Amino acid sequence: MTDISASIVRRDAAAKISGRAAYVADLAVEGVLHARTVRSTIAKGAILKVDVPPLPEGVYTVDHSDVPGENGVKIIFKDMPVFAEREVRYIGEPILLVCGPDKEVVDEIARTIVVTYREEPAVFAWIDSKAHYAYHKGDSDKAFQNAARIHTETFETGYQEQAYLEPQGMVGYPEADGKITLVGSMQCPYYVKNAVLGVLACDDAGIRVIQAETGGAFGGKEEFPSLTGAQVAVAVRKTGKPVSLLYERTEDVEVTTKRHPSKITLSAALDADLRVIGLKATVGLDAGAYLGLSGVVLSRALIAATGAYTIPHLSVSGDAYRTNTVPTGAFRGFGAPQMFYAVEQLMGHLAASLGFDPVAFKRRHLARQNDETSTGGRFRDPILLPSMIDDVLERSDYKRKRRAFAKDGAWKGIGVSVFFHGCGFTGSGEATHIKARVRLEKDADGRVVVRVASADMGQGSSTALAKIVAGVLGRPADTVFVPHPDTDLAPDSGPTVASRTTMIVGGLLARAAAKLKEAWVDGVVQSAEERYVQPDFIRWDEEAFHGDAYPAYSWGVTAVEVEVDRRSCAVTLKGVWSSYDVGTAIDELLALGQADGGVTQGIAYGYLEKMEIRDGRLRQRNFTDYVIPTASDVGPTDTVFVDNPFAYGPYGAKGLGELTLIGGAPAVTAAIEHAIGRRITKIPATPENLLELIEHGQD
Amino acid sequence: MARIEFTLNREPVVYEGDAARRLIDVIRDDFGLKGTKEGCGEGECGACSVLVDRAVVPSCLFPVANVHGRHVVTIEDFRNTLRYRALERAFLEEGAVQCGFCTPGMIIAAEALLSKDPHPAAEAVVEGLAGNLCRCTGYNMIVRAILRAAKDGDGLW
Repeated sequence: MTDISASIVRRDAAAKISGRAAYVADLAVEGVLHARTVRSTIAKGAILKVDVPPLPEGVYTVDHSDVPGENGVKIIFKDMPVFAEREVRYIGEPILLVCGPDKEVVDEIARTIVVTYREEPAVFAWIDSKAHYAYHKGDSDKAFQNAARIHTETFETGYQEQAYLEPQGMVGYPEADGKITLVGSMQCPYYVKNAVLGVLACDDAGIRVIQAETGGAFGGKEEFPSLTGAQVAVAVRKTGKPVSLLYERTEDVEVTTKRHPSKITLSAALDADLRVIGLKATVGLDAGAYLGLSGVVLSRALIAATGAYTIPHLSVSGDAYRTNTVPTGAFRGFGAPQMFYAVEQLMGHLAASLGFDPVAFKRRHLARQNDETSTGGRFRDPILLPSMIDDVLERSDYKRKRRAFAKDGAWKGIGVSVFFHGCGFTGSGEATHIKARVRLEKDADGRVVVRVASADMGQGSSTALAKIVAGVLGRPADTVFVPHPDTDLAPDSGPTVASRTTMIVGGLLARAAAKLKEAWVDGVVQSAEERYVQPDFIRWDEEAFHGDAYPAYSWGVTAVEVEVDRRSCAVTLKGVWSSYDVGTAIDELLALGQADGGVTQGIAYGYLEKMEIRDGRLRQRNFTDYVIPTASDVGPTDTVFVDNPFAYGPYGAKGLGELTLIGGAPAVTAAIEHAIGRRITKIPATPENLLELIEHGQD
Repeated sequence: MARIEFTLNREPVVYEGDAARRLIDVIRDDFGLKGTKEGCGEGECGACSVLVDRAVVPSCLFPVANVHGRHVVTIEDFRNTLRYRALERAFLEEGAVQCGFCTPGMIIAAEALLSKDPHPAAEAVVEGLAGNLCRCTGYNMIVRAILRAAKDGDGLW
């Protein structure tokens, strides 16, 4: 463990424990109007008319006709309206806001508004592709022609809800100079700002966005707050008053983005030595009613098609389909959890059919330093997977358990997953789209304020970034401050996504801190700025999907042990052992928190968290129906971070936040398969699904 | 219009209004005590936990009428105690806080648990947290923090 990894007390913890930390619902805003959204009750159709009852004094409705600029929320495209105008495309699509001083009056009016539709046939089948990507490597046709053996399987994954504990919320108010300020629960203040600029048709000075204390996000507050921010900004513009839009849990679950359901078909071609030399992958994702980030999610899934393995001949393609369902979007892992689930299952099933131990079979294919990546880039840095696997097998007592559980019919199982996460934006995104900037401001007393747009939504980035800056400056961490981002004060260091904050933003801050240290004069106000410059070795051809998809890769190995109840098929977690290579852990306790939380979400994705949709309507709409792990659903965790410093990361750090989720689902499903002696091709592997498999499934 | 008299954080208070109103709304909106959070509104997540006569209840499911003549304690008062200090220190040192939205409710649940069982086994802590959801930590660090508070704060409960 290096010095930087020694933990300090996290900055925000004391205020959070005591209840003093102010989340958006805790803000006291004088004269605020409470907003409630009136939504589509049908999956597809034309809006014929909207009947609004006579409104009491001081109550307003806000709809598409109040949008001063373009009625489109910029995410990547402006394909999603702020308020539906002539048509609706999913159940829950926002049509208008009712705003007023009394919550109950607002709710009552919202309930009495009648929208008349001309219903049209909704599309739920995956036929309308709105994003299609494909790439090839080597000669997969030849590999399949000459294959000694071909194995094909289709895997399906379901929705997953982020289930951050704090529901979405946004408050806006007018400033004296006509500016509108938005304060909300969010990951990406500049995403919100850029979306609102087009919606209000105002200039840069017309809108200010501030992140409130944010009670968890996991991707769910990446793009969605751009929609609520735009709606609140329009409402403030119309009413001239402060407006507060706070979701309750049911509304939040029903209408916010979730993880994309997927269907992935993989064909593997094996040579005479029983080595996988060719892979064909076809990926389908359900984008919901608007594309949003789905194209980017799809590309991350496709790039991960080979898992943590080197396979020379590839043919990979995928589509994100538009359907008349709630839009899907960012969720920790961003397409990778679906793909790694499928690849790890494929490798496990191949091993079983060939008579190999699954881990032994995986070992034969591990990516090594200097290997070509799936997209023809290069793994430049050391890959420590062999020793990480050794360590996880030893700590979990894998070999003994693997044999013993199989023999005595104990309904116990153990499974191992091997995975990576590409750190930072895909391809040349950092250089071409994000162009991150950071600033350090030092006052006369030597206190340093970190000005970045990166949001601490619980992951601890404000503590990690303070440590990096203080470390480089050689000053105590408590002289460095990382306030919540405010677009009037902080430059755009990019969104808080893609496991980029520590590595990319932290890296820029380390450089800015080195500059500041060099120029440091006691008693003087000083500042230092840095901007992102792509290292020369990163080459990415967006059109051809070729080159270095990521500047660095974090790696992981996770073992999960389960016991399955013979009668109910309920799964109990007996233990979770992981090893992660995140370069350098900037703070061991923070990193362990990311590890425990991420793997818990990943495992639950594999066996517990079920969300289904029927005729465009979600069947799980709250925490009673949509079950996330409680304290009694988790097993003991045993986590190791290996040191493998990345030359371009601050103190050697790479990405951390998403990696830890990715191995959970494939490890727990492999463990359940071991326990029940059946193949699983669909997650979540709920007790009902397991019972069905035990009756009719394949060995 | 009902008149409900109860003790809130050791002060006698009177509430006049709809008896069916949720305790959480009265605490947050009428008394301005924002440390109690609303995560789900249906008693599943425990972010709204408060103590009523020392037992933990989800204030989002609790009509204010039910607290008549009883003592309600929220995080704003509990944070002034030595027991809180022990829990706070353990939560800080064990890394039990991430987004923090569940944390005041966790602290209240921990207080209720340790009041009944000052030296709990790990299983009892897990059971004591059955009504409190956390999406960030995976719980183990919270369980360790409560066990540590029980040990370091021996004699306080």
